[in-house]
Amino acid sequence: MAVRAQFENSNELGVFSRLTNSYCLVAIGGSENFYSVFESELGDVIPVVHASIAGTRIVGRLSAGNRKGLLVPSTTTDQELQHLRNSLPDSVKIQRIEERLSALGNVIACNDYVALVHPDIDRETQEIIRDVLEVEVFTQTIAGNVLVGSYCAISNQGGLVHPRTTVQDQDELSSLLQIPLVAGTINRGSDVIGAGIVVNDWTAFAGLDSTSTELSVVESIFKLHDAQPTAIVKQMRDSLVDTYS
Amino acid sequence: MQYNPVVVEQLILCCECGTAITPNPSNKCINCIRNEVDITEGIPKQATLHYCRNCERYLQPPNIWVLAGLESRELLALCLKKLKGLNKVRLIDAGFIWTEPHSRRIKVKLTIQKEVFVSTILQQIFEVEFVVNYQQCGDCARIMAKNTWQSMVQVRQKVNHKRTFLFLEQIILKHNAHKETINIKEVKDGLDFFYSNRSHAVKMVEFLNAVAPVRTKTSEQLISTDIHSNTSNYKFTYSVEIVPICRDDLICLPLKVARSLGNISPLVICYRVGNSIHVMDPNTLAVSEITTSTYWRNPFTSLSTIKNLVEYYVLDVEPLGPKRGKYVLADIQVARSSDFGKNDTTFFARSHLGAILNPGDTALGYDLTSSNFNDYTFDTLNRNSLPDVILIKKSYPQRRRKNKSRKWKLKSLSKEKEEMTPRKQDADKMEEDYELFLQDLEEDSELRQNINLYKSSNAMDVDTAAEESAAEEEESFPEVGIEELLEDLTLNDKDE
Repeated sequence: MAVRAQFENSNELGVFSRLTNSYCLVAIGGSENFYSVFESELGDVIPVVHASIAGTRIVGRLSAGNRKGLLVPSTTTDQELQHLRNSLPDSVKIQRIEERLSALGNVIACNDYVALVHPDIDRETQEIIRDVLEVEVFTQTIAGNVLVGSYCAISNQGGLVHPRTTVQDQDELSSLLQIPLVAGTINRGSDVIGAGIVVNDWTAFAGLDSTSTELSVVESIFKLHDAQPTAIVKQMRDSLVDTYS
Repeated sequence: MQYNPVVVEQLILCCECGTAITPNPSNKCINCIRNEVDITEGIPKQATLHYCRNCERYLQPPNIWVLAGLESRELLALCLKKLKGLNKVRLIDAGFIWTEPHSRRIKVKLTIQKEVFVSTILQQIFEVEFVVNYQQCGDCARIMAKNTWQSMVQVRQKVNHKRTFLFLEQIILKHNAHKETINIKEVKDGLDFFYSNRSHAVKMVEFLNAVAPVRTKTSEQLISTDIHSNTSNYKFTYSVEIVPICRDDLICLPLKVARSLGNISPLVICYRVGNSIHVMDPNTLAVSEITTSTYWRNPFTSLSTIKNLVEYYVLDVEPLGPKRGKYVLADIQVARSSDFGKNDTTFFARSHLGAILNPGDTALGYDLTSSNFNDYTFDTLNRNSLPDVILIKKSYPQRRRKNKSRKWKLKSLSKEKEEMTPRKQDADKMEEDYELFLQDLEEDSELRQNINLYKSSNAMDVDTAAEESAAEEEESFPEVGIEELLEDLTLNDKDE
């Protein structure tokens, strides 16, 4: 199910939140409305954590993460890091990265298996991404944009990419990610997908401006129609059963 | 084998309606953009044009009236100026859609472009309808109401001829002093000039002050007053009276005036009128100038005017020596032309025309022997010391008798006549005055300097005819040289 939300009159909720299959980070806002939207959808499944990174609220743009781990920039304070450590499940590895491109959310797009990264990112950082998030790392661009995290949103089910991504690029990315991709928009025609939507395997939160057309694209590509938190487990079980039987 | 890359056109869904489109900056289909933004917003779809039915002009705000035909460039410019929001968009094309002229509707088709989102330019074609409303323009209103004048200048001269006004008219034309005049009316003994503005009338009065010996009086009539704003509406009337003395008049100065003018002899002739009156004693060539203020302190009338001139035949001219400019003092023996063949009466006249007259010429003069003047100052003069004849100017009876057409002409002010048509004799008298005035101009080049003469349309015919009869003409006959004439500009307009 895709939900519309707004952070203090801003539709770019991807800037202020980071959603994965095992946790959700939410910026500390003036009111609790934004938090409560996430809490009502996710509260009984995964922890929804108020967080700040390097003293700012743009947690979505500064961090990158998936079910297995969370990467934060070097500017994160010890106190914040401690708070995150205390709030997130023990299975989630948290790593502070010394990286020149410190807006990790902009330069890394990842699901639980694959990560697309900015072409200029350090080799060490790529190593860390591979180790912490347990993903395959590919340097890529999306529709000519190096900020892969800003211009796409991917989950384990599918991905939404910049509207100008050509069919060939989509095919290439799709074969890398092993998920179906679609070019589209969010927030009534905005092409900054990563900022307009946060998504995990069973839910998505999009900016309040998003039209029903955009949401229906989101729901169909991320397979959110009857998705349940446990669906992944069922599918995995099926595949496990398939493999082991 | 050749590799043919399959180019699949990439499509996204329009974020509003979900139709598949190629991505564009706003990521919406054209229809959705059209629905969402109206680039003609802020441009009125209907406007009003004001049109004066009388002069067929359109109002260009704030207060200019311009002539523009239907479907003309001027009208299109006018229409586009009427549309307020047009400066915020880019105008690509504009044109008229034909409408029935009597419908009083003008339709303009406009094509505009505007940037709606970042680098999304939309083009749209739309119509604007203009309603033509009638409104009388200021000029026409003034004409229709006839008496919207605010100031009037009444010019008067209490004499029995129109020569002064004919001359004044030419001076006004030359200096274009009637430019601001809204109406000119001919009345008894003078002219009325009407103005919409007081300052224009004052300007006219000042002009008259400069060219003629005048006395002015101002009066005002209260039309309306607003006690709240302390403003009043007046009609101003300037009465301008011209001294009733003309060139070539015989004057008997009051003794006091004569004393004050350097003890000049009381019996003088007026030889020039400009800003003041110039008089001359023909016996001594003594001249004097009577300023306007001097005159009005002690007003007097002329003893005799050119109506009473009598024709004389010059028998002998004997210069005496004294000269003043073109005037030479001479003893001239004359005989009345009317006496020829009846008696041998001759007169001796001491005159200033010694250089002009020759034996055998004819001259005009005042006959003092047979005249009876009703003038108090004249009666006090010693009758025995008075001359018999005072010669004024040379005349050309031979030439005049031919009644030739002139090769020059004058312009005239468009005057409104009095309600009543003049009586037959009045009309004749006016014609005679005009003819005398034209003759004066012909004979006096000094007079001609102040006015504009125009080539007559039949100037060429007159020229050849004149050459044919040149032999039999009096040699000294004054002609107006062709170099003095101006080309006349005639517009083939209905009001010309």
